Amino acid sequence: MQKSSIAFWCGAAVFLIVVLVLTQTIRNEYPFFAGYVILQFVVLAVAWSILGGYAGYVNFGTNAFFGVGVYTAVLLIKAFEAPLGVQIAVAAVIGSLLGFGVGLLTLRMRGIFFSIATIALAIIIETSVTNWRFVGGAAGIQLQRPPVMAPFDTYVKMLFFVQALLVVVAVATTRTIQNSRIGRGLQALRDDELAAECTGVPTLRLKLLACVISGALISAGGAPAAMYLQFANPESAFNLNYSVSVLAMSLIGGTAHWIGPILGAVLLGVTQQLLAVTISSEVNVLVLGIMLVVFVVGAPKGLIGLLRRAPSRTGDRK
Amino acid sequence: MFSLDLLRDAVVLGVLLGCFYAAVSIGLSISFGLLDVPHVAHPAFLVLASYGVYLCNDQYDIDPLLAGLLISPLFFVLGLVTYRLYYETFERRGSDAAVRGIAFFFGVAFIIEVLIILQFGVDQRSVTASYIGKAWRVGDLRIPIRQLVAFAVALGLTVSLATYLSKTFMGRAIRAVAQDEEGLRLMGANPVRIKQFAFGIATAVLGIAGALLIIVAPVEPTLDRVYIGRTFCVVVMAGLGSITGTLIAAIILGVSESIVLTMFGASWAPAISFALLLGVLAVRPQGLLGR
Repeated sequence: MQKSSIAFWCGAAVFLIVVLVLTQTIRNEYPFFAGYVILQFVVLAVAWSILGGYAGYVNFGTNAFFGVGVYTAVLLIKAFEAPLGVQIAVAAVIGSLLGFGVGLLTLRMRGIFFSIATIALAIIIETSVTNWRFVGGAAGIQLQRPPVMAPFDTYVKMLFFVQALLVVVAVATTRTIQNSRIGRGLQALRDDELAAECTGVPTLRLKLLACVISGALISAGGAPAAMYLQFANPESAFNLNYSVSVLAMSLIGGTAHWIGPILGAVLLGVTQQLLAVTISSEVNVLVLGIMLVVFVVGAPKGLIGLLRRAPSRTGDRK
Repeated sequence: MFSLDLLRDAVVLGVLLGCFYAAVSIGLSISFGLLDVPHVAHPAFLVLASYGVYLCNDQYDIDPLLAGLLISPLFFVLGLVTYRLYYETFERRGSDAAVRGIAFFFGVAFIIEVLIILQFGVDQRSVTASYIGKAWRVGDLRIPIRQLVAFAVALGLTVSLATYLSKTFMGRAIRAVAQDEEGLRLMGANPVRIKQFAFGIATAVLGIAGALLIIVAPVEPTLDRVYIGRTFCVVVMAGLGSITGTLIAAIILGVSESIVLTMFGASWAPAISFALLLGVLAVRPQGLLGR
């Protein structure tokens, strides 16, 4: 346990250093432009799996949290010209509040009812933003990037680094949850909510907590997207594709361990980026659908399920 | 802004719209309401049916309603295949079928969406028929004939399906399998075959519902996303599996959408079905006429 913690933090530090070095050495901006999207999906997928993976509550409202993150940033830029750090922090707070609200309203529902309720919330929030003139309404809003900060020479590279930081935060949080009482409690209620409740697991409180943390991380991961695109409109910020992509990534990777969503997000993210460049974005969605169906049918436990089935069985959880 | 005349018109048009919503939701009322299949791809099948009708109408000049009837058998088979696949991969294996089932159907919906885009492009498509584009005047109220056609067919469809489920042997078997699958098995019947047949019926109905969809308004490939909300709203509000409830719930939805459209404008309309749905889930999860 202790040893794996040290290994994890060393790995995280190495990851950040590599990212920093890359932003300083590579001149071409495109790899960062594409890489940003993949890192963003890693954050979203890992955050989603807290509630969707451990607790088994399939949240289809990822786009709600994502869009709220984007529009929190838009609002802060428009009203106060707030810096990026503040945008992300406030987005996390709003996301956690939204998570709390969603949890209170919907977590007593089970299975598909919970999923449908989260879709419903996403559409209601999207409609409200569409009718909110100050942040651009249905037409969307153009945003100006402020000057870039010291060690980076372009804004996209800075966003890439910031998103990498968010990846570390999200993974560390999820990892801590997985190894703690919270994670075990969530897994217990996933397997049998009634039995968990009977043995003294505070199911509703745990679910609320998972909802709050998951929501905060997804909104935080969405906030930099406003500056990344320099544009925001409700239709793209609240696109259902985010929800289904994130769900697909988590299920493809496997939800039993935090590494699963990362694998899924990288695999699907890289594939999508390659396809979007080489063929078209429609084929992108097609591949998403096909991979989702193939994995859900063929590999119920995802990539990590496939890897674990291999003869060299490593220790269960690190 | 507010006037009694406007309100009356909105209610009349809302009732017509509501019956149309009942027609597009009734398949889901069987597949999700009675059989507990989380069929999120239902609206995608619906849009697919509309494109089938469009193809018949555009290429061979067949009346959209007739075209809907013609493609129904194909959709029946599609339903049989879909349920078989779902059963073999999820229901029989048991564990967390719901979670992965939803993911599965979302994947299917996306695949259908993209295939339609690749085949027909993202433009809106509509059909031509003698009754489309004309209107019927009652006093100062103008009712499009296409709405009336949709209303009549939808009403007929709902009533005949309700009769089928309550009066015929097979219909009763379907309701029995929803109530007590184990009991049916003990009596020597094969619940899986009944469920498969029921799913086939639920999908076959989409042929006609798809025709209505494209008669009422032009369709586009991503239209299914709006209808996820509407159809699930209707089915959940109705109380799972209740056909009469489906009709009532659909009319409630139609009237509320129509009133909001008149009073606040079109930009608020998409939220109505979902707000209603959330309200129902929070206050009365078993629906109006819950089982």
